[in-house]
Amino acid sequence: MRKVDCLGKTCPKPLIEARKAMRDAQPGEIIEIVGDHPPSKKEIPMAVELLGHELLGIEESGGVWTIRIRKK
Amino acid sequence: MKDAKTMTIILHSGDLDKVYSALILGTGALSMGMNVSIFFTFWGLERLKKGKLAAGGLSKMNFLGLGKRMMSSRMKKARVESLDTLMKDFKNLGGRVIACEMTMGVMGISKDDLDQTIIDEYGAVGAYLKEAMRSDINLFI
Repeated sequence: MRKVDCLGKTCPKPLIEARKAMRDAQPGEIIEIVGDHPPSKKEIPMAVELLGHELLGIEESGGVWTIRIRKK
Repeated sequence: MKDAKTMTIILHSGDLDKVYSALILGTGALSMGMNVSIFFTFWGLERLKKGKLAAGGLSKMNFLGLGKRMMSSRMKKARVESLDTLMKDFKNLGGRVIACEMTMGVMGISKDDLDQTIIDEYGAVGAYLKEAMRSDINLFI
């Protein structure tokens, strides 16, 4: 399990940090990214799909979103 | 990735806002799994001089640097990353930086003037075309 804190970071930083985590994780490892920049909530799942990893879920409460990914 | 899509960018401008555009697009594309090369030429090459990445003015409403100062403070407030951070991320994700040799000749810039730690290749139009002809996205900024 790998956690990435992107609170307070704006485009494209959360996307970049998500990419680094997906690159550095072990296959099968779960990555959890937390942030509050709205566009990144849409962009990160796009990258997950393009990179062929598995999107486990997106949750949001009070403007803070959490995206969970499993590396293939 | 073997079958990854490729983006090539010609950065002809050295203006602050345009360098931002190039590096945001570049890091974004790398994050989406693409291969990216940025070809720094003419005024863009000036930005590869040591410590000069963010030295450009704004392409519009610069007002002798006043506009740039306002924009910089607004960007800081909006927590936009610095160009140095974006360049670090660009390199970390495997982005390639090509310095235009022809511009170096015209402007009298030597390799010692440039930040060689970030440059992957020195080349002219052929080096760019070789990559651009098999790339999926080509941008001129």
